[in-house]
Amino acid sequence: MNLINAFFSSIWGFLNRSFHRLGSPREFFKISNYATPIFGLLFTVLTGYGAYLGLFVAPADYQQGDSYRIIFVHVPSAWLSLFIYMVMATASAIGLIWRMKMAFVVAICSAPIGAAFTFLALVTGSLWGAPIWGTWWEWDARLTSELILLFVYWGIMAVYYAFDERQTAERAMALLAIVGVVIVPIIHYSVEWWSSLHQGATVFRDGGPAMPASMLTPLLLMALGFTFFYGYVLFLRARNMVLDQERKSRWVRELVKSSRATGEAQ
Amino acid sequence: MNWSEFFAMGGYAFYVWSAWGLTAVVLAYLFTQAKLRNAKIKAQILRQIERESLVDHSARATNKESGNS
Repeated sequence: MNLINAFFSSIWGFLNRSFHRLGSPREFFKISNYATPIFGLLFTVLTGYGAYLGLFVAPADYQQGDSYRIIFVHVPSAWLSLFIYMVMATASAIGLIWRMKMAFVVAICSAPIGAAFTFLALVTGSLWGAPIWGTWWEWDARLTSELILLFVYWGIMAVYYAFDERQTAERAMALLAIVGVVIVPIIHYSVEWWSSLHQGATVFRDGGPAMPASMLTPLLLMALGFTFFYGYVLFLRARNMVLDQERKSRWVRELVKSSRATGEAQ
Repeated sequence: MNWSEFFAMGGYAFYVWSAWGLTAVVLAYLFTQAKLRNAKIKAQILRQIERESLVDHSARATNKESGNS
């Protein structure tokens, strides 16, 4: 009994310590020194190989010909637009509940990346719809709700930059991000709840993916690669924000001085 | 493999390459923007350090002249 207690309390202690370490901007900076290049490398390898398979190896679709190859950038972008929103809303909640500085930094730095992927999902979808549906745009449930997601991202960024006082800006932004999370299930289920021009789920559906492995593999590689790209740019942006916010502190000054001396980029 | 056939994308060249090209441009933009911002912040901090050290030196010099140090 004592052993089990000790086991759980040591695990709890470990989680608690890692949480507090990540919560400190300086510790975050140290961890990101290692994590950032690893994420960049994983993005390059996975996306590079996925793009090669998707463009050169995967066969043409028997109905859509080669136009379907847009899927390899469209679907990962659309997944990321939702995934980044979930990360942003979760980080916002953590920031509000535990008053954690770094959680707000993660939330704020995620917003423009999420907006960029939402934009890509919309435009690549439009470029796919033009030849296959015969229209660039349709006010149907999936397309409209994804467009609203873009406005939500922009709204969150606008709210953050509208306040001069940092704490107020962070809390307002976090609150909006949490309220806006209702859009995520709406987008996901839009193709089931309303009749839509957009097709239903192909990968995450009952009975497994309706796609041969030659097409599914590059799709998953691209999606995983894009996820690491998000992590990579998130780290770069968060590091910039920490440098900016802590510019008066001793450790940032030492770091900037030494990076000039060694001519290091980061 | 035939390259002109590859670039033609079965007649869908414009749509496929616009989608892939735009994606590449947006990802490159996100990356470049973050890198440029990093260089800018570091330059600002360095300038601030230099300015403060100048103020520091001149203050010390003034103190010596007036015999306050």
